[in-house]
Amino acid sequence: MTADVKEAAETAVTDYILAQETKDQLRFLTCGSVDDGKSTLIGRLLYDTKLIFEDQLAALERDSKKHGTVGEDIDLALLVDGLEAEREQGITIDVAYRFFATDKRKFIVADTPGHEQYTRNMATGASTADLAVLLVDARNGLMVQTRRHAFIASLLGIRHVVLAVNKIDLAGYSEDRFNEIRKDFEVFANGFDFETLQAIPMSARFGDNVTAKGQNMDWYQGPTLLEHLETVEVGEDALEAPFRFPVQWVNRPNLDFRGYSGTIASGRVATGDELVVAGPAKISKVKTIVGAAGEVPEARAGEAVTITLEDEIDISRGDLLSSTAHRPDVADQFAAHVIWMSDEPLLPGRPYLLKIGTRTVTATVSEIKHKINVNTFEHVAGKTLELNEIAFCNFALSSSVPFDPYEANRSTGSFILIDRMSNATVGAGMVWFALRRASNIHWQALDVDRTARSEKLGQKPAVLWFTGLSGSGKSTIASIVEKKLHIDGRHTYTLDGDNVRHGLNKDLGFTDVDRVENIRRVGEVARLFTDAGLITLVSFISPFKAERQMARDLLGEGEFVEVFVDTPIEVCRQRDPKGLYAKADRGEIKNFTGIDSPYEAPENPEVHIRNVNRDPEDIAEEVIAYLRERGFLNS
Amino acid sequence: MNMQSHGITPERLSNLKRLEAESIHIIREVAAEFSNPVMLYSIGKDSGVMLHLAMKAFYPSRPPFPLLHVDTTWKFRDMIRFRDDTAKRLGLDLLVHTNPEGLEKNINPFDNGSSVHTHIMKTEALKQALDKYGFDAAFGGARRDEEKSRAKERVFSFRNANHGWDPKNQRPELWNLYNARVAKGESIRAFPLSNWTELDIWQYILTENIPMVPLYLAATRPVVERDGMLIMVDDDRMKLLPGEIIQEKKVRFRTLGCYPLTGAIESDADTLPAIVREMLIARTSERQGRLIDKDESASMEKKKREGYF
Repeated sequence: MTADVKEAAETAVTDYILAQETKDQLRFLTCGSVDDGKSTLIGRLLYDTKLIFEDQLAALERDSKKHGTVGEDIDLALLVDGLEAEREQGITIDVAYRFFATDKRKFIVADTPGHEQYTRNMATGASTADLAVLLVDARNGLMVQTRRHAFIASLLGIRHVVLAVNKIDLAGYSEDRFNEIRKDFEVFANGFDFETLQAIPMSARFGDNVTAKGQNMDWYQGPTLLEHLETVEVGEDALEAPFRFPVQWVNRPNLDFRGYSGTIASGRVATGDELVVAGPAKISKVKTIVGAAGEVPEARAGEAVTITLEDEIDISRGDLLSSTAHRPDVADQFAAHVIWMSDEPLLPGRPYLLKIGTRTVTATVSEIKHKINVNTFEHVAGKTLELNEIAFCNFALSSSVPFDPYEANRSTGSFILIDRMSNATVGAGMVWFALRRASNIHWQALDVDRTARSEKLGQKPAVLWFTGLSGSGKSTIASIVEKKLHIDGRHTYTLDGDNVRHGLNKDLGFTDVDRVENIRRVGEVARLFTDAGLITLVSFISPFKAERQMARDLLGEGEFVEVFVDTPIEVCRQRDPKGLYAKADRGEIKNFTGIDSPYEAPENPEVHIRNVNRDPEDIAEEVIAYLRERGFLNS
Repeated sequence: MNMQSHGITPERLSNLKRLEAESIHIIREVAAEFSNPVMLYSIGKDSGVMLHLAMKAFYPSRPPFPLLHVDTTWKFRDMIRFRDDTAKRLGLDLLVHTNPEGLEKNINPFDNGSSVHTHIMKTEALKQALDKYGFDAAFGGARRDEEKSRAKERVFSFRNANHGWDPKNQRPELWNLYNARVAKGESIRAFPLSNWTELDIWQYILTENIPMVPLYLAATRPVVERDGMLIMVDDDRMKLLPGEIIQEKKVRFRTLGCYPLTGAIESDADTLPAIVREMLIARTSERQGRLIDKDESASMEKKKREGYF
């Protein structure tokens, strides 16, 4: 290539890329069962859009000879069935994501299996899709599974549907047959709230009406599947909904900047807009918006931004910033549809973790109102919910959360349920409406145990173990933390080294044995307080790792929060609030930590505070931020 | 409905903007939910994009996690130089780990073969590093379009205490609600670029002007032909086999890894637009340049079960 030609080619490419910047993205879901030719259809789309590269094709031809089901032809389905096990069984058992692009749009395809036992996989694929392609076999027409697929798509909020009447070649390319199926489906789908519904006769295997018009269907005047996917107008409901912004992360690089980072769930925001923190109902105005490319005057649904406010108000991860004109519901009880995804059944009354937006709370199903038969849509009674079952339930949460009905907002109305023991994702839910206290939810009988106590207090019990040198600032910080927790409505108690030695431990001296006993007793007391649901603050030099480990072992997993107040000894010595360093230097105190007795610094403290020239208020905030992030302060 | 003929609804976010926002969301979610995350930095173009997104995600703060590079000692010299410059330029903590036992046994791709070398110096080394620092989450730049078994991997991909991946028992992942709960010793690999394609990556690099290792651009380099691939002679540890001769060819790399295992392609594309142009008319897919996938078509799934990224 000459320099001129090369430059021209590069300019052309740069222009092309700039044009691509406005390229849209469409996420769609394909559902159908094994025999409907779903994998073949996706393979056809990938194949025809020329994104199957040469060597993938070579590998495919080799694999086809091993597993293929269509004789010597290339089996397009093998392109998309990813995992070994599935290839051996000849079925698609998980959700797989595929990609292809045309000049107009980039497509992300969620490829999901059709069998009833994979309802959860289909729901997963549908949760992020704009459109669903429902496959039917032209020979069989509408099946039970077609109804199920339409129902799940609708339940998950999909507004655009394509009815792909596949294998029309095997039905003699019959227009009558196609129209019959289309009408059946239109009548049936009338009950669902689909915005667009396009039926297309096609043969994925031979490529008719997938990306190019079929040779054998002159009677069909509508778009090919690809044409439809490229042009279907899928508006963004989220853009029209009121502003919602779940705070993901507090961005605080220095004292001059305090921003809230997150993804705008819905609506728009501009500098000067008045926003409210849902729940506490604190109001402020937007000062600046930092977008992906720097500061911007406004931002919209889907964008990841950082927002700063005019006023210093206490906001942390899990809070929801909202438009003041249209506020979300805030409640600790709501009714929701749930899709159960675990082999272990859902049990009413059993506590699960519920993650909604960026907030995680404890939740129980207080009542299964009814289960829904996914094939007939009939309501059936049930005491438990099994894998792949869908039900309408009442939920009771450990604290109030902000939300919108799923119908109005897919982001702020959706949640997942997590098993507290296995940490597995066991369910997915869509909020229908808030329940008021007055609707008198009937609680399952509960034993009064530590869970019940802590739930009543709306907090997860913990022991905050402040360790550090004498004069490091432990007690000062602990006391501010306790005050802040108290103001926030938390139930706390502080065990201070000096005070405990005046009472509970006044019989103990400073020998090694006594020192261990001192820590043991404090640890036991802390454990009892934890049982009672309290957040206990312990402020002890506790110089030895083994001692601190002993206290840790007394408590449950995740309940011991070691706060290392890391202050250099020179600084402590300078402060010397009780004049102890001076005494130790004069030899009046023996075994003084840091002078003639070592301090074993924690290796992996939950919170590590380097306390030099720092405002204790800020440090206390840091400790509280940790508790909040870890779900100790669920409300 | 009058927009129907144009197809694109003007109000919708563009593909790249949507991908960018989604990745930033994922990166922030990991930083907020895990106590000790790390970003695996492999120096390649995907890592470069991921790092660029992380810088954006936390701006004006710095990313609240270090970078980790698992150095097999066989990376291209240009990669190492670029790695160190990048960490310095962005002011980030960079951890470098090499498997000490592998080093002691002088494990190398020439004597031990690609499979053993990759297992010991990459997979095992990565596990060692994750254990050593106790990371409970590790970002990786893998994309679902790279390879078939990746197409089913979650954005938050759960690993047991032995770093193993169980493809049949993955957590369902709905909406943008990621389950970040792990027990002690368990971890997740987080893939913020899951929904990006290779073309998206290059487009983004071009529009955002992200610095890249020069090896991606064509230049005259010393190469030998081996097993049908062009291998660059990056240092004098590369011993020539009988009949092999070093040729000067204008080549570039589509992916970067250990130089003895990374095939170059002959190319004139010495600018980013030229690369994208070449890509748009590409006839061979990206991983063709990597020897490790050649063993078996399902080899990646096997490696991943064992803890490979």
